[in-house]
Amino acid sequence: MSDDPDVSRRELLLRIGAAVSLAAMGERVLAAQDAQHVHHALAQEKASLEGLYRPKALTAHEYATIERLSGIIVPADDRSPGAVEAGAARFIDFLCAASDEMKAIYTGGLAWLDDEMRRRNHGKNFLDAPPPAQTALLDLIAWRDRAPADLAAGVQFFAWVRNMVVDAYYTSPMGMKDLGYMGNSAMAQFSVPQEAIDYAVRRSPLA
Amino acid sequence: MLQVIRTPQVFDVAVIGSGAGGGTAVKVLTGEGLNVALLEAGPMLNPAQDFKEHVLPHQVDHRGAGAHAELYFGRQQWGYFAAPNGYWDIAGEPYSVAPGDEFRWFRSRILGGRTNHYGRISLRFSDYDFQPEDGLSDPWPVTYRDMSPYYDKAEGFIGVTGTKEGLRTAPDGNFLPAIPPRVHEVLIQKACGKLHMPCIPSRMAMLTQSIHGRAACHYCGQCGRGCQTASAFSSSQAMIFPAMKTGKLTVFTGAMARELVADAAGKVTAVSYVDKATRAERQVRCRAVVVAASACESARLLLNSKSPRFPAGMANASGVVGRNLTDSTGFSLSGYIPALAGMPRYNSDGIDGMHVYVPWWLLGNGRNAFPRGYHIEIGGGFNMPQLGSFHGPCARHEGYGKPLKDKIREEYGAFVHFAGRGEMIPNRDTYCEIDRERVDAWGIPVLKFHFKWSENEIRQAHHMRDTFTSLIETMGGRVMGPSNPGRESAGISVGGAIIHEAGTVRMGRDPKTSALNQYCQAHEVKNLFVCDAAPFVSQPDKNVTLSIVAFAWRASEYLAGEMRKGNV
Repeated sequence: MSDDPDVSRRELLLRIGAAVSLAAMGERVLAAQDAQHVHHALAQEKASLEGLYRPKALTAHEYATIERLSGIIVPADDRSPGAVEAGAARFIDFLCAASDEMKAIYTGGLAWLDDEMRRRNHGKNFLDAPPPAQTALLDLIAWRDRAPADLAAGVQFFAWVRNMVVDAYYTSPMGMKDLGYMGNSAMAQFSVPQEAIDYAVRRSPLA
Repeated sequence: MLQVIRTPQVFDVAVIGSGAGGGTAVKVLTGEGLNVALLEAGPMLNPAQDFKEHVLPHQVDHRGAGAHAELYFGRQQWGYFAAPNGYWDIAGEPYSVAPGDEFRWFRSRILGGRTNHYGRISLRFSDYDFQPEDGLSDPWPVTYRDMSPYYDKAEGFIGVTGTKEGLRTAPDGNFLPAIPPRVHEVLIQKACGKLHMPCIPSRMAMLTQSIHGRAACHYCGQCGRGCQTASAFSSSQAMIFPAMKTGKLTVFTGAMARELVADAAGKVTAVSYVDKATRAERQVRCRAVVVAASACESARLLLNSKSPRFPAGMANASGVVGRNLTDSTGFSLSGYIPALAGMPRYNSDGIDGMHVYVPWWLLGNGRNAFPRGYHIEIGGGFNMPQLGSFHGPCARHEGYGKPLKDKIREEYGAFVHFAGRGEMIPNRDTYCEIDRERVDAWGIPVLKFHFKWSENEIRQAHHMRDTFTSLIETMGGRVMGPSNPGRESAGISVGGAIIHEAGTVRMGRDPKTSALNQYCQAHEVKNLFVCDAAPFVSQPDKNVTLSIVAFAWRASEYLAGEMRKGNV
């Protein structure tokens, strides 16, 4: 196994996935040394998350704006953290670095957002405007049918950001936990809880 | 002239294509002690590296979008996490579609072919499928009684779940235990009961018990990504890898078959292919050949195998090669079911796809506005959240913030999907031929497709829409719209999109109207067999793979017998 934590981390996660799934069949268990290594790799990643993230494609300003938007789109609530905590901005920055087409959508859309805010709010960028001004502008572009025709470009951009923030959040461990997804694991038998069946049948016209 | 490199060895049989048909031929023929060469146009499969069934999206930087965010621009071929090398478009290997027609051609380029990618639904054809009573398509040269023992073998070997139901539209088989229905499937069964439709345990090629050294399923629900434990059937893992261990099989990967080479007597002596890695022309010498490259690719190979003796292509004196192309009809509809909203969470994975399904239920009722029938496939459950999983709620509810978050939470797992898969009757306007103006990157002339649905199929798809609507409403749900708007915008799937192409090298009793006999053996070339869905005379409303295995098994046993007797 590789000593380079960067190279081996994903491989290890893959292996853990496989090992956890196969463990039930007794074919393979995660070696203690592997587990320790994973622990180390994860701790390192956590430290880097807590430190300053350097965007790969977006400017610091663009990145901070995306982060703000992600917090508005999927906020933390009484049941779970939100898209900021789940690192949605990093996912978007990563894909902007991977695709010029994606990057153009974000650099263009964010410039539009700042320009529109400056016009409406004393020359202030989106990020520097007070939160009520931010949501007031988003309210104009977050519903296709209600949006003024001259803001159509903003509507399209917001739909991109919303889709991708939601994608980033619900594919994160936090988002999966919020939904209560518990699949992709190994089961010796498949069974369906009677409680869930009763819940649905009782609420249906087929009771 | 460039020197063509020929194998020194003359193989007993060369098999072209490693999917359900080629895999079965390899298994049966090596089992009979024959020396077999297998040609696959794609690379070798390495399940431990290539299959990603236990990877969660967040374990990959791009979370499944692809290295260049392809998913977001509609350029992803078959999903990042899905089994590898399945393509709607292959760089350097184009095809043509006649002006005004639409056709999509899915191709796999990897050992195991489409058995890596298919849904593993495993349905026997019925007695009336082989001998249609309405006269709208020709009878097959075999009966259900001929095929039943081979369905038994196919099911017994690949492993198929199911229950004995005694339905003529869904003949019973040699089944592994069925898997219990999920919550939404229990509701659908109740709705079907109310509408007098059968809704029975599904017949799927996943192992609810260990057989033939393959581990029982561990119910991770990701069969479409490939299965490292081979608990979901693929020809590579279940048939070809074991055959490689016998020492009777030589596998040529990256081998794109160009044409079949015949001797003066009109017998195939070699397969000429391009070695993709070097672009060198090579030949595998053989005493017999099994063409199993997928229905259209097999027709292409025969049509391209032209010589003075076979001016219209090999095995094509009848002119039927490429004709009678069919695909299943498809239409799908999604519904939101409030009764499922906010349901107590559970792991609903099970085996990938449906645990119950609806076989055709209106056989011979005399009131249908269309001939033949369809079956209904079912989707739903607490599926793995993936990129795009919630674009629907985003588009419907719009807005942002806690209201959107609450809606996504509430609706998660509350959708059901119905997909009809029905029978298309072969017609004169639907076929493939060689496009004389175009070659692929290997210099091989490409196919040109012509495709037209008739009113029969369009009316059938309308019936699907009405049926699914009434199922959703009976469950107290709301119709959300087509599940697959991109490929079903006309109210019926685009031809080829269901990936059940068949009929292009059809079998029959009369050499004037068919290319193959009842053993998938060419009437005019005794050592040439075709073992995919190309021999199928019609496109019953039952997915073709199980029948490909059954027919290939029968053809391979026959071929081995004929070789032993010296007839081939």
